[in-house]
Amino acid sequence: MTRKTNMALAFTDEQSMILESAKGFCSDRSDITAVRSLLSSASGYSADIWAEMVGLGWTGIAIPEQYGGSELGIGSTVPLVESMGRNLLSTPYISTTMASQAILRGGSEEQKAKWLPLVAEGSVGTLALLDNEDWGASATSCQLSADMQLQGTKLLVNDAAVADFFIVSACHNGAQVLVLVEAAQLAEGALGAKVLIDETKRACNINFNGVTLSPEAILPQSEAALRDIKLLGALLTAAESTGSCAAALDLVVAYLTSRIQFGRLIGSYQSLKHPTVDILIGMDSARTLIYHAATVVGDQSLDQDAEIACRMAKAQATEALLYAGDRAIQFHGGMGFTYECDAQLYLRRALWSQHQFGDAQHHRTHLASLLLD
Amino acid sequence: MSIELEQQNELKELRAEVTDWIKHNKPADPGFLLPQTFMEVGSEPVLDFLREWQHKVWSAGYLGMAWPEKYGGRGLSPAHQNLVDAQMKLARVPICFNVIGLGWAGPLILDKGTEYEREKYLKGILNAEDIWCQGFSEPNHGSDLGSIQTRAERDGSDYIINGSKIWTTMGNYAKYMILLARTEAQAERKYNGLSFFLAPMSAEGISTQPIQKLTGEYGFTETFFTDARIPADCIMGEEGQGWRIAMQTLQYERGAEAGAAGGISILSIVMNDLLKMAAKVEREGQPLLKDHVTRDNLVKLLIEEKALHLTDKRLGIPALCADYPNSLSLSGKLRSTEFYRRMRQYAQSLQGTQGSLYVGDDQAVDGGFWQRAYLNNFSTTIGGGTSQVQANIVGEHVLGLPKD
Repeated sequence: MTRKTNMALAFTDEQSMILESAKGFCSDRSDITAVRSLLSSASGYSADIWAEMVGLGWTGIAIPEQYGGSELGIGSTVPLVESMGRNLLSTPYISTTMASQAILRGGSEEQKAKWLPLVAEGSVGTLALLDNEDWGASATSCQLSADMQLQGTKLLVNDAAVADFFIVSACHNGAQVLVLVEAAQLAEGALGAKVLIDETKRACNINFNGVTLSPEAILPQSEAALRDIKLLGALLTAAESTGSCAAALDLVVAYLTSRIQFGRLIGSYQSLKHPTVDILIGMDSARTLIYHAATVVGDQSLDQDAEIACRMAKAQATEALLYAGDRAIQFHGGMGFTYECDAQLYLRRALWSQHQFGDAQHHRTHLASLLLD
Repeated sequence: MSIELEQQNELKELRAEVTDWIKHNKPADPGFLLPQTFMEVGSEPVLDFLREWQHKVWSAGYLGMAWPEKYGGRGLSPAHQNLVDAQMKLARVPICFNVIGLGWAGPLILDKGTEYEREKYLKGILNAEDIWCQGFSEPNHGSDLGSIQTRAERDGSDYIINGSKIWTTMGNYAKYMILLARTEAQAERKYNGLSFFLAPMSAEGISTQPIQKLTGEYGFTETFFTDARIPADCIMGEEGQGWRIAMQTLQYERGAEAGAAGGISILSIVMNDLLKMAAKVEREGQPLLKDHVTRDNLVKLLIEEKALHLTDKRLGIPALCADYPNSLSLSGKLRSTEFYRRMRQYAQSLQGTQGSLYVGDDQAVDGGFWQRAYLNNFSTTIGGGTSQVQANIVGEHVLGLPKD
């Protein structure tokens, strides 16, 4: 209870450059017209932009140099992902980064040598962890039999339709393991696309029944990797949410400084001005916390300080975005009730982000054990 | 040995020295709740206690450490003072209460005063013989200093002051006041007609009326000037420079680097204190710290506290402050004072029926500390610009929203 609080917050010159170039790239490639043009597309993202991101080295940022990456650490993906969230730029970036982190943290030398260079070059990976609606469930109903047959369905697997490989959690010989499944191993019709509340995102349920794996498909350090990727996934979602929260704030400010009602710019009314300041404050807290977390997560197994930081960042960022999205709709009045108004994009993003890698309540429950016992 | 290494060793020795000093000199429980801030000095016993304590800290060489020796300081670096302050804060010793002198008037005199003024005023600020107060705010004008009405008229070798000031902290105990008054009524811009004085409170025509706070205690006065004559050389700078000097004065209190004498001015209350309380208070034989709803609320506050405490670090990283520049600095008061208000309110709410007790009741949790802290906290959400004014400032100057 009287444990010392980790108050580290640092940002390298390299990270400043990443942030600067990511801001420019994302705002240039993903203005709101571009975002809207992809809402009803099959993949939900532009293959050309993804190729550009790969070309810029973004998929290799957290991958060690020996595997073809630039070895800047997972913390350096936070400014990238925040910038993507800022422009609602959806690509399989978070999914792929998480899948490669699972391999980096839990994989065998052979798995790393094979898959990490592919990720750096643009292969898409994703995590398949959920088998019920309870993010907090620590057990999985998906089974990997002694003779290496997978049995079970995974829910809401992000970017599943375009993934080249999946990191799947399953129960094997009484323990939970992560296994690597290649897209080619899936049965025909294994993917069932879901209708998501956030139309910039894509996910499928996947039926893994009948997939037969070789023993080399198991990640040897599964347990530690599973814990780490759940936390890092929460951090990257928090980073994306923080960016989207800042964008929702921009939208509100733009409307409040242009819309006239009862003879006045509506931003002059304190009943709108003050809650907008609350959006700013919530966003600033989230931003402080995601960069604190980015500072304390390393390539080693995450320590307790890192766990606290990731959970705080997620709890704060998704709640800040939810508040911003909700108020953005309300403050746009009748316009806010239309599909045409961009405010809905942020509220829908908020409602989706909440449940990625655990909602705020889930993380606060874990934080209570970490901070109060 | 390099200079840095030498200083490092020196500071290390100082840390050991001050820790030892605190161990032997931290006062015993005085039998009343220690003031959390200098705005809670409401009775003679509290005043005497704090005066004696500050004098003791200064005598030991732990106050004004970076001020020149000839004015009562020690001519050391701000790093020395900061180290001592950090140790004092950690050990939760009483505050150095002469805050207006130590953090505002003193540094101003040191920086801009004449040799005569430095010799006359500085030592008394440090050794707590001369208490200073501040006369900026006026009745009916809140924190809008541009509307100051108190007049100062030149008459021979004096100024004649007429008007009144409010929220004068320790006005009834102070020997001097830093006073902002209007020397020119028809100035083109309302800020241009103000002048800044180091006024003796003993002048004929100055009287104070203690204000009873919502806590039932005292600490502030209303201060009345009725043809009060003060010597003309009490003015700082020139006539009409008052606003600029007042703004400059506010810069010093940012710490020893900025010129302040040091000494802890606030007994901080942090989440750890609330957690300790929640571990003590029981429901159905279980500490509140085990209750799920309480835990969730505490964690929410802990998240907020962490973000707040990391603010300074983030301010040091320009790349992370590029978006909505000045957001963190301009919203600082609003964020922190409102956080503490909610935290203290929550602390009281956790106490069950004991929450209805107050300072003076021997059954009150922590002597009624939280109740009083919550009530006193309104001085921070109201004083220096209310939270609502702060929200306007942030909305208008950070987000660019129109004024109403």
